[in-house]
Amino acid sequence: MGELIKDGLRIDGRKPDELRPIKIEAGVLYRADGSAYVEWGGNKVLAAVYGPRELLPKHMQDPTKAVVNARYNMASFSVEDRKRPGPDRRSIEISKVTSEALESVIFTELFPRAVIDINIEILDAEAGTRCAGITAAAVALADAGIPMRDIPAACAAGKVDGQVVLDLRKEEDQEGEADLPIAIAPRTEEILLLQMDGHLTYKEFEEALELAIKGSKYVSKLQKEALRRKYKKVEEE
Amino acid sequence: MDIPEVKRISAVKKDYLIKLAKQGKRADGREFDEYRKITIERNIIKKAEGSARVKIGNTMVLAGIKLDIGEPYPDSPEEGAMSTSVELPPLASPDFEPGPPKPDAIEIARVIDRGIRESKYIKLDKLVVEPGEKVWIVFIDIHVLDYDGNLFDAGSLAASAALQNAVIPNERFGLGDNEPLPVGSPPISCTFAKFGNAIVVDPGLEEEQVAEARFTVALDENGDIRAMQKGLKGRFTVEEIKNNINRAQIHAKNIRKLLEG
Repeated sequence: MGELIKDGLRIDGRKPDELRPIKIEAGVLYRADGSAYVEWGGNKVLAAVYGPRELLPKHMQDPTKAVVNARYNMASFSVEDRKRPGPDRRSIEISKVTSEALESVIFTELFPRAVIDINIEILDAEAGTRCAGITAAAVALADAGIPMRDIPAACAAGKVDGQVVLDLRKEEDQEGEADLPIAIAPRTEEILLLQMDGHLTYKEFEEALELAIKGSKYVSKLQKEALRRKYKKVEEE
Repeated sequence: MDIPEVKRISAVKKDYLIKLAKQGKRADGREFDEYRKITIERNIIKKAEGSARVKIGNTMVLAGIKLDIGEPYPDSPEEGAMSTSVELPPLASPDFEPGPPKPDAIEIARVIDRGIRESKYIKLDKLVVEPGEKVWIVFIDIHVLDYDGNLFDAGSLAASAALQNAVIPNERFGLGDNEPLPVGSPPISCTFAKFGNAIVVDPGLEEEQVAEARFTVALDENGDIRAMQKGLKGRFTVEEIKNNINRAQIHAKNIRKLLEG
């Protein structure tokens, strides 16, 4: 306590409402129908979309709409102590809320009996991986040409040293007092994903939510720039 | 692949519930801001270190607490540990299947766990047997016995009530007399479901089946927020989220009286 913010600046020199550096690239994989790569602070995340394609086995199909199946997976080498490969309870929960958040903007009714598979691989992790993953997945969905009402963007706010801040880094996440990751539909500012753990008063929550929405909107701008860059390049070729 | 455990409801039923909601009504006659009857019974499992059965309407869950001695986590050598699991056994619903926990059950368990953990309900720093070597590990196991909606709140309440009367089983481990498990003030979980333009508290089974979005918030004794989770593929506006929290603060006060009274 009292170590994470000094003279109004955070340990990496950021202001409370400042994001870590973010780099987004669309269409980075050859085989996937759509893909994206995101570097967000120390996070490196790759997302690939396959589909819409026929969902097998057939009994899993929904005759009225496509099933959206996001899978969040951490590479064993992405964290300090090697993570045992395969889904653990944390990644199963993140996969579930990520699937739900992304499905909320996809026109799934256009693809009955189909599945849209979204694979998110966390290659290097440094706090905020679920937001980086959703951000990458959203760009990959757009790159795959999946019809969506909006391109979701995600960002977290939190509290460290009693102060509401944007986009926690590892030390802030571990020693901070609260973490509030969200995903929004930037056009309407509707909430697609919201999780929180820690301790926030209602006032602090309002402040953190406003900050997280602001961060998400900036991320949204970067997502759109990345998509424009890719399709401009294709045009030039 | 996520196999939905809650089967979809007919379109007719969905239209009916949404139409009712437009008139400000719910199928079971409740107000939007009305919980079903909640009952809490404690100490019903002898072998458990603590236990409670909670009913919310026809939903019934049983929480049992067991303690064991183990190694502390490397990042918290001076603290005990806790673990929360939820089982949705086939006895509780025609839609539940046997087998390892599916994403639905894992999500419920993790949201309940965060509420308890972040409110520091269990005083983990008082659960050290030998610093750095041996600590108590508190296992919170929540069994759903009858599923009629709102397992987040029923499970959380059962876990809190069971912890409230739990003991540290020193005798069984040759460490002297049993003593009460040190706990503080419990988190109160409050869950909403949104369908059509209605947002109702304590969704029943049918309301859960038609729900587009779900929101759970865990509040501490000051009404501060300790955990939140938005679920399902629907969307909330910022105003709706804020409203939910304000509504939850009123409900949490009443539920807290049941738990502490």
